[in-house]
This record gives sequence, C-alpha cells and structure tokens, in this order.
Amino acid sequence: MSSTTLTLATRANASRRGNKLGRRLLIISAWLVFVLFLLLPLLIVLSEALKQGLGTFFSAIFEADALAALQLTLLAVGISVPLNLVFGVAAAWCVSKYEFRGKSILVTLIDLPFSVSPVIAGLVYVLLFGAQGFIGPWLREHDIQIIFALPGIVLATIFVTVPFVTRELIPLMQQQGTQEEEAARLLGANGWQMFWHVTLPNIKWGLIYGVVLCTARAMGEFGAVSVVSGHIRGYTNTLPLHVEILYNEYNHVAAFSVASLLLLLALFILLLKQWSESRINRLKANAGEE
Amino acid sequence: MSRRTSPVIPGFGLTLGYTLVYLSLVVLIPLGAMFIHAAQLSWAEFWAIISAPRVLAALKLSFSAAFVAALINGIIGTLLAWTLVRYTFPGRKVIEAMIDLPFALPTAVAGIALTALYAPSGLVGQFATDLGFKIAYTPIGITLALTFVTLPFVVRTLQPVLADIPREVEEAAACLGAKPLQVFRYVLLPALLPAWLTGFSLAFARGVGEYGSVIFIAGNMPMKTEILPLLIMVKLDQYDYHGATAIGVLMLVVSFILLLLINLLQRQIAKP
Amino acid sequence: MSIRRFALAALASALITGPVVAAETLLNVSYDPTRELYSDFNKAFNTHWQAQGNAAVTIQQSHGGSGKQARAVIDGLRADVVTLALSGDIDELYKLGKLIPEDWQTRLPDASTPYTSTIVFLVRKGNPKGLKDWDDLVKPGVEVITPNPKTSGGARWNFLAAWAYAQQKFGSEAKAQAFVGQLYKNVPVLDTGARGSTITFVNNQIGDVLLAWENEAFLALKEEGGDNFEIVAPSLSILAEPPVAVVDANVDKKGTRKVAEAYLNYLYSDEGQRLAAKHFYRPRNQAIASEYAKQFPQLKLVTIDKDFNGWKTAQPKFFNDGGVFDQIYQAQ
Repeated sequence: MSSTTLTLATRANASRRGNKLGRRLLIISAWLVFVLFLLLPLLIVLSEALKQGLGTFFSAIFEADALAALQLTLLAVGISVPLNLVFGVAAAWCVSKYEFRGKSILVTLIDLPFSVSPVIAGLVYVLLFGAQGFIGPWLREHDIQIIFALPGIVLATIFVTVPFVTRELIPLMQQQGTQEEEAARLLGANGWQMFWHVTLPNIKWGLIYGVVLCTARAMGEFGAVSVVSGHIRGYTNTLPLHVEILYNEYNHVAAFSVASLLLLLALFILLLKQWSESRINRLKANAGEE
Repeated sequence: MSRRTSPVIPGFGLTLGYTLVYLSLVVLIPLGAMFIHAAQLSWAEFWAIISAPRVLAALKLSFSAAFVAALINGIIGTLLAWTLVRYTFPGRKVIEAMIDLPFALPTAVAGIALTALYAPSGLVGQFATDLGFKIAYTPIGITLALTFVTLPFVVRTLQPVLADIPREVEEAAACLGAKPLQVFRYVLLPALLPAWLTGFSLAFARGVGEYGSVIFIAGNMPMKTEILPLLIMVKLDQYDYHGATAIGVLMLVVSFILLLLINLLQRQIAKP
Repeated sequence: MSIRRFALAALASALITGPVVAAETLLNVSYDPTRELYSDFNKAFNTHWQAQGNAAVTIQQSHGGSGKQARAVIDGLRADVVTLALSGDIDELYKLGKLIPEDWQTRLPDASTPYTSTIVFLVRKGNPKGLKDWDDLVKPGVEVITPNPKTSGGARWNFLAAWAYAQQKFGSEAKAQAFVGQLYKNVPVLDTGARGSTITFVNNQIGDVLLAWENEAFLALKEEGGDNFEIVAPSLSILAEPPVAVVDANVDKKGTRKVAEAYLNYLYSDEGQRLAAKHFYRPRNQAIASEYAKQFPQLKLVTIDKDFNGWKTAQPKFFNDGGVFDQIYQAQ
C-alpha cells in the first residue's frame, strides 16, 4: 500500500520537474510573441501619433471630419452589432441543440461571410444596389440611396461580422449539451424561462466574447466599407477610411492619431470584456461554494 | 429537414427560420447576385478568366500564404493558449487582454504599422536586410501580415476548451504512468482537436480574403506578390465586372469546399 | 428586443431618407493628388459664388485612384462634377453609365483640361545613383517606384512617358516594349495609387527614384522639406492632361447644374489658374503660365492625342487585359 503511494508521489514529482523547464520556455515564448507581434505595432502607432506632442494629437482627433467619421462609425456599429447578436444566438441555438439534415451546410453558410474577402462583400452590394446592378435603376428612380450612403456601410458591416457571435457560441453550447435545458423543461419551465435562466447564464462568456469580436471588427472594417463608401469626406468616411485619407494627405501624425483613437476604443472594449469575464468567474466561484 | 434528438427543447422552427431568413437577406441573396452575374459568362469565358496565368499565380499565393499563416498560428496559438490557461506569471493578464489586438486594429492601420516595422528601413526590417533577405514586399511579408491578423483565432477557440478540462485529469494520467506525450495524445488531443480545427479554419478563411493589411506590405507585383482580393479590386477598377465576379466566384467556391471539408472532419472527430 | 426594434427603425429610416442634404451641396469626385488643390479651390469658389449673390454651397470632396473613382460614379456615387486623371476614365461615364454625352470633352476650353502636368523623377538628395534620364532607370541595381497602371491614372502617364522616350530613341515598338519591360523589372513595389507610391518612396524609403506627377513631386518636396529629395526632369516626357466634367445625369436630378458649371468655369478664371499654379499644376492660361514659368522645368513633351492616338486607342492597347503591360509581366 505505502509503496504504491510512494511510487505515485515520485512519478507526480518527476512530471512536475519536467514541467518546470517547459513551463519557463512557454512563458518566455509567450512574452516574445507578445512583444514582437502585439506590442511593437501598437507602440509604432502610438509613437507616430505623439511625435509632435499632445496638442497635435488632440487637434487631429477633435477635427470636424474626424468627429463626423467617429459618429458614422459608432452609428454603423450601433446598428449592425445588435442585429448580429440576435441572429448569432438564434443560429447557435438551432445548430447546437438539434440534429437535422443539412446542418453541416448551414454551419458552413454561416461561416461563409468570414471566408468571403471583404472586397467581395463590397462587390456583391455594388452588383445588387449599384446603378448598373440588379435593383440599382429602380432605386435611382425612387431616389433611394443604399451604396455610397449609410445603409450600404451598415450592410457591408453586417455582412463581414455575421459569423462572430454564432461562431463563439456553437462550440460552447455543443460542449454543454442539452441536459440542463431538458431538466428545466421537465421541471415545468417554458421556452423563454429555460432560455433566460438556464441557457443564457451558461453561454454568457461566449456571448460577450462574440459581441466584443463583432464590435471590434465592425469598428475596424476597411475593405468592404471602402468599396461601398464613396469616400466623401465628412459624410461617408468611417474612422478607418479617414485614417487612410489622412495618411494619403502627408498627414502622418493625424493619421496615426486617429488610428490610435480607434486603438484606444478597441482597448477599452477589451477591458470591458476582461472585467465582465472576471465578474462571471466570481459568480461561478460563489455558486461553487454554496 | 427532420430533427432527431431533444424533442423536449423548443424553438427549433423559430431559430432555424430566423437564421435562414436573416442569412438569406444579408448574405445569400447578395452572393447569389454575384453568381447570377457570373452566370452571364459562358464556361469558356469563365475558364479563360480564371485560368489566366496571373489569376492562377494570385490563387496559389493567396491560398498558400493563408495556409502557412494558419499553420503557424495553429502552433503558436496552441502554445499561447496553453500558457495563458495553465500558468500564472507576471504579465499574463496583459498578454491575455492584448491577444485580440490584431483583431481590433483596423486592418489598414495594421498594414501601415507592419510595413513601417518590416520594410527594409524599418525597425525590424533592417535586421532582415543585414541578414540578406527581405520581409516586406515578398510572400514572407504577406504571410507575416496574415499571421498577425489571424493570431487571435486559434488562441481564442482553444482557451475555453482548455479551461474546461480539469487539470486533475492530466495529473491522474501522469500519476498512472503516462508520459507527457501520451497525456497529450490520449487526454488533451481528443478534447482539443475540434476547437483547434475551428480556430485553424477561421484563421485560414480570414487569411484568404484579407485585403486591408496585406496590400501595404505585399508590393502588389503581378505574378509575384499579388493576392486574389487585390486582383478583384484591379478588375473592378477597370470596369471589368465580369472578370471581378468570375474571380469572386472562384474564391468563394474554393473557400466553401475547404470549409465544408473542415466542418465535416470536425463533426467526424466530435462523434465518439 | 427593444434594442433590436430601435436598430431596425434606424435602418429603415436611413433607407428611406438617405444621406442628409444641407442647403445646396456639390460633390466633386476627384483623383488622388488633387486634394490640396481642391481644398483651397473650394474655399475660393465659395467666396466668389457668394460674392455673386448666391447662397453658400457645401462642397464635398472624394478622392481615390482615378479609375476607381470613375467606377464609383458609374455605380451610383452622385458626383456633380468629376475631375479625374485622364479622359479615358471620364469616357467610361458615357460608355457604361450614359451619365454624360459622348462629346463631353468639347464643352469646356482646352479639351476640358483647365490645367496640365507632366511626369518627372523624384530622386534622393544629391542624386546618388546619378539618374538623369529614362535610360538610367533600366540600369541594373536601380530601384524605380511607380504605381500600378491598372489602377492608377498617374501610372499610365508614367508608362506612356517611358514608352514615348524609348520609341523615339530606338525607333521600334518591339524595342520600346523591351525597354519598358526592363524598367518594370526594376520596380520592387507596385502601389495601387499615386499617393501610395509617394508614401512608399518618401516615408518608407524604398527605391532610388519615384516616377511622379510633377505637382506631386513638388508637393512631396514642399511637405518633406527640400533636404531629402530633388526633382530631375528627363529629356522627354508626356503632357498629362487631367480633364473635368459636369455629370449631367446627376446635376439634372439634383438641380445643381448652375453651380456645377460655375464651379468648373471658375477653374479657368485667373484666380482658378493661379491656384492651380500655386499647387504646381501648369496653368492653361498663357499669361498666368508665364507668371509661374520659373517654377516649372522646361522639357520636351509628347501628347496623348498626337503620339498615341488618344486614350481610346492607348487604353486597350497598353493597359486592358492582354495588353502590353500584361505581356510585360507575363514574360518575366
């Protein structure tokens, strides 16, 4: 009996010792990747932005066209993200809770916008709504403008961000299975009660992460929006397009200033995500103690 | 369509219906418009466009650079996810939060920043020049930009799964005499593989279509460093709508087949 | 749910109302290097327009590669006026969109080109590689920066200038093609637009020489200070003629024809010509051109109409799919 315990302990110790070296190597390489890949581009953006001091930085950000671009970007994000959020939950629900024929194809179709180049995303809306497109002439007759205006920008943004929420939720929901929901149903909960009290708390982490991805990507989308925007300064330029415009006007410092504004917005979203994650974890821990 | 399990859980009709309607309106009908547009071409014309040497060169470059980038991320990403989930170390929280940076950084800004770093006169690029090779304006630069842009995918899909595997399982396996490789092969791999494939396919798919970050660092030389999305843009700007849609259709079909294969593979693995 | 309803309502209202329209707005869709010119010109025009007793007009600007901008207008970008890099791009507005009449170029003086430019070399200070003329650019080890002629109007002028030189020097098209092919072998980066190339050369320090619009080269010199670069005028170049046009279909729909025509006519006024010269475009008005004669180098210029039979011939021959440019790249 005791000899078995001893051998087990030795084996565990040996494996821990072996792990120590590997652990150090892994942590060092994580730091390397972080510094080379994430920190350097970030620092380059910030250092270029602050090259001529804070005054220039702020005047670039509070310039009228930049503010108009910021407004447009926030509006596009504000419309497209909630729409994709609802879609994401619905799609993940039917994919992960049921077995049906054609499921693989549906999942692939949901993924499709992701593998569609942003350029194509823009192109399809041009083919559809452009003056030479399928319903373009009709739109022109009725004086409705979709591409080169807000609706086109919103559509392109929705297109490129469709899969994010679903994509985060499906693996999570599949892993969790359907037992808890089935139990809730057997205990007499109706569909919505089951969703709000059982499913939603379980998928919160994934959901929040999906929304974060969706928002970040919607904010930074360039290729697709660039095709349908028309680049009218102060009117149909989103922030990323405004960055490009400034960059092309020898206005490096302003370009990088606006870029770092986007960066700060993104970092802020990431912070929100970290914070909500830790809240969820604490809730989980509390639930475990009770 | 027939559902086969969980008759107790409601909402199948509602969610599937909503999914299909939304997907059709935003994605499928617009994409359909492209296919209809391309259908105006005869097979011979379509073939002539997509078999042009310049298109084939771009096709090869786009798909191979995206594949290599996804593979690099498959390795780096797994190690990063492992390190972040399993170890506490100084700076872990910072790294954890910053993993999403490539995603949050607008691709055009990423392109400008990477070019500034890796161009022959750049901060990192000059070391490469000293060593006698070039990063920016070569396929290496393209792969690098794609690796940067797709870095978060593998890490983020693996993390929750890794966190859900109780550490005790591995320790138990180790205690029972399993070597680290065996632990990996029999305990971790089966649990991780579906998520890994998801991350890989996301990275790959995103890489194939990426435009904003690549065009700055690519050099855009026909036959050498010209990616497919740029070629579509070029055709479009020459009023060649047919050429643009033909290449668009080609890209979509190839991506769709690859993704379908990966999804099937994933379902195969997920089954016990 | 309420958020969703709000978003749907917002989307719906956006679909119906379209962009918000102020009093009177004029959209000028232009190519890349004219940003600085039109930002000044728009102010001057507004002053002039109001002095004539009109209400102020909001002038919107859109800039990008010339071909891309023309396509956006064809696809429905509601430009009142287009001011593009070459007439071939404006021709497409007639051919594909029927937005303007076929004879648009005869409606304004000088073939609707209020200012011209040419193609010059921008080299690093002291001209370390001793680049004086086109044949220096094909030497091994010289890196030439020029944008992609497929997407950039300026790049097409660059290409044709090099071609014209080679044709005059060697006397045959085959030799000209070999020469230009050699030149493009020395090009390490093909950006999509003229500005992209300037940034590559000036900021990222790639290459020994930038083939640029004369106005773009002067602007780079001005912006970056004269310490790092200098301009070299080759023995022969091309007269680059960037034309302007009112987009009839759009101004008639919006009721902006009067202001749009006044806007373009003002480009031909003394003030307009001076502003063009100030931004390093060569004015058409001889009197004003001679005022600024000192700032422009003297060089021999070929023209697109006399030497290449116009854009209608040059575009398909050189730049369409399967054209000379494609042959050059596929041969490599």
